Amino acid sequence: MVLVYAESPGGQLKKAAFEAITYGKKVADLLGVDCAAITLGTNVADAGQLGKYGASKVYNIGSANLDGFDSQLYTKAIADAAGQLGATTVILSHTSTGKSLCGRLAVRMDAGSVSGASGLPTNDGSFKVTKGVFSGKAVATYEINTENKVISLMGNALKPEDTGAEVGVDALGIEVGASALTTAQSKQSGEMVPLPEAELVVSAGRGLKGPENWGMIEELAGILGATTACSRPVADTGWRPHHEHVGQTGVAIRPNLYIAIAISGAIQHLAGVNSSKVIVVINKDPEAPFFKAADYGVVGDAFEVVPRLIEAFKSST
Amino acid sequence: MKLLVCISKTPDTTSKIAFTNGNSEFDTTGIQYIMNPYDEWYALVRAIELKEAAGGSVTVINVGPATNDQTIRKALAIGADDAIRVNAEPKSSMFVAKQIAEQAKAGGYDMVFLGKETIDYNGSEIGAMVAEYLDQPYISYATKLEATGNQATVERDIEGGIETVNLSTPFVLSAAKGLAEQRIPNLRGIMMAIRKPMNVVEPVGANDPAVTVSFELPPAKTGVKLVDPENMGELVRLLKEEAKII
Repeated sequence: MVLVYAESPGGQLKKAAFEAITYGKKVADLLGVDCAAITLGTNVADAGQLGKYGASKVYNIGSANLDGFDSQLYTKAIADAAGQLGATTVILSHTSTGKSLCGRLAVRMDAGSVSGASGLPTNDGSFKVTKGVFSGKAVATYEINTENKVISLMGNALKPEDTGAEVGVDALGIEVGASALTTAQSKQSGEMVPLPEAELVVSAGRGLKGPENWGMIEELAGILGATTACSRPVADTGWRPHHEHVGQTGVAIRPNLYIAIAISGAIQHLAGVNSSKVIVVINKDPEAPFFKAADYGVVGDAFEVVPRLIEAFKSST
Repeated sequence: MKLLVCISKTPDTTSKIAFTNGNSEFDTTGIQYIMNPYDEWYALVRAIELKEAAGGSVTVINVGPATNDQTIRKALAIGADDAIRVNAEPKSSMFVAKQIAEQAKAGGYDMVFLGKETIDYNGSEIGAMVAEYLDQPYISYATKLEATGNQATVERDIEGGIETVNLSTPFVLSAAKGLAEQRIPNLRGIMMAIRKPMNVVEPVGANDPAVTVSFELPPAKTGVKLVDPENMGELVRLLKEEAKII
């Protein structure tokens, strides 16, 4: 069996969970086995809808000790569930949670693991799966040579496919100890989709000259339903909050659309965004290196081009 | 406080990436190596700061051949007290994690630090693996760490926010931007590093359950399509009808 851990921060299933189930179902089909989902913690809303994306069963370990994240407890719970259900392959989302679990679970389950997989596996004699390496500059194929396997799936690597029907949720009787951690969370991104999950991102750089000029960036993002981001110098000078910084040392993203405004495209910036499906670059310098990585380019002054782009989006909807 | 920092050697960020031997191996020709930036700038420096504030020691560990000694000496020059090099050519994360865990167990450290990922294989796995081998908590993506006695408070990046974690030592922590500021080794540090102990140990047996078998370069961008800056309606049309992403 393929067991997919569906993350439910704050009791809500996220897009990453539906992507993971869709992926898990395809892996299960490849291996000729069933795909099941597991949720952790109390009060997970609408877990049955995981069935629509390919889970033939949905399980829950409803211990309040799993309501806060603790990689040690989560690893034990998922590994115990896999043992009880006879699952040999576990799929995770490559999120702050999944990244903390992938290697840990691999050790506990004596499994080979690939963290941040971007492609579907193949299984012709040996089990292989691809992932981006060298900060998006190459793709590596990994071979997992153990019966047990753990894979964390990169966000936006595939589209959730809603093709089935809701299923019931079964409680799993697995004992969970108390956590040695106390955790608290605070939200930063307001109402916007967090950057690692965002499908559309509007980003701006030093060329905007000052934080007072971000109004048009926020307006453009607002029209598109995009998340705002920025380059490193912008975050370092405090024009924008640090969590908006995308690039090598900031957040690495792979949205469907990345609009880069007045960002020159230094290699460290590209390393964090070059997996975006479509890149639009707006820069007044035709020699800006970012144009080489772009799909669409506009050579022009951001202060003139962006208001025009806003108007064009407004009149097109 | 007795602290262990795992350091890795990676190709410089600006390296041109190529493969050899039928695309099965990374082509090291002409590659400049650096210490993995997350290990150096954040994990190592924060560990040194804690030692400077509260006393104790900082040991660095690397799993690799003798050609890694230069990278290890740099860590000593920045301020680590001693080093362990596990003499091996690792093929998998699991192998590396097992070696680090063996040394960490033997040393009995209060905290094990490492960067949030390496900039070559971007796996982000070793910290989690080491923590599981040690049966200790693992806090990933730490952007802030305060520690007094055996109590620590860590802030970590999560999607769209920050998580604050309070816990007791021992634990394993992966470092992200914000945890510390990069330190450039000074001449005195470089001179002292020459005399600091570097213990070379042989690896313990470990498996390679997941290994790279081939690489490919992503398809090159076919070239940028330039749009008239006066005609943003055209850009919107292209994004809708050609790229089909909005």
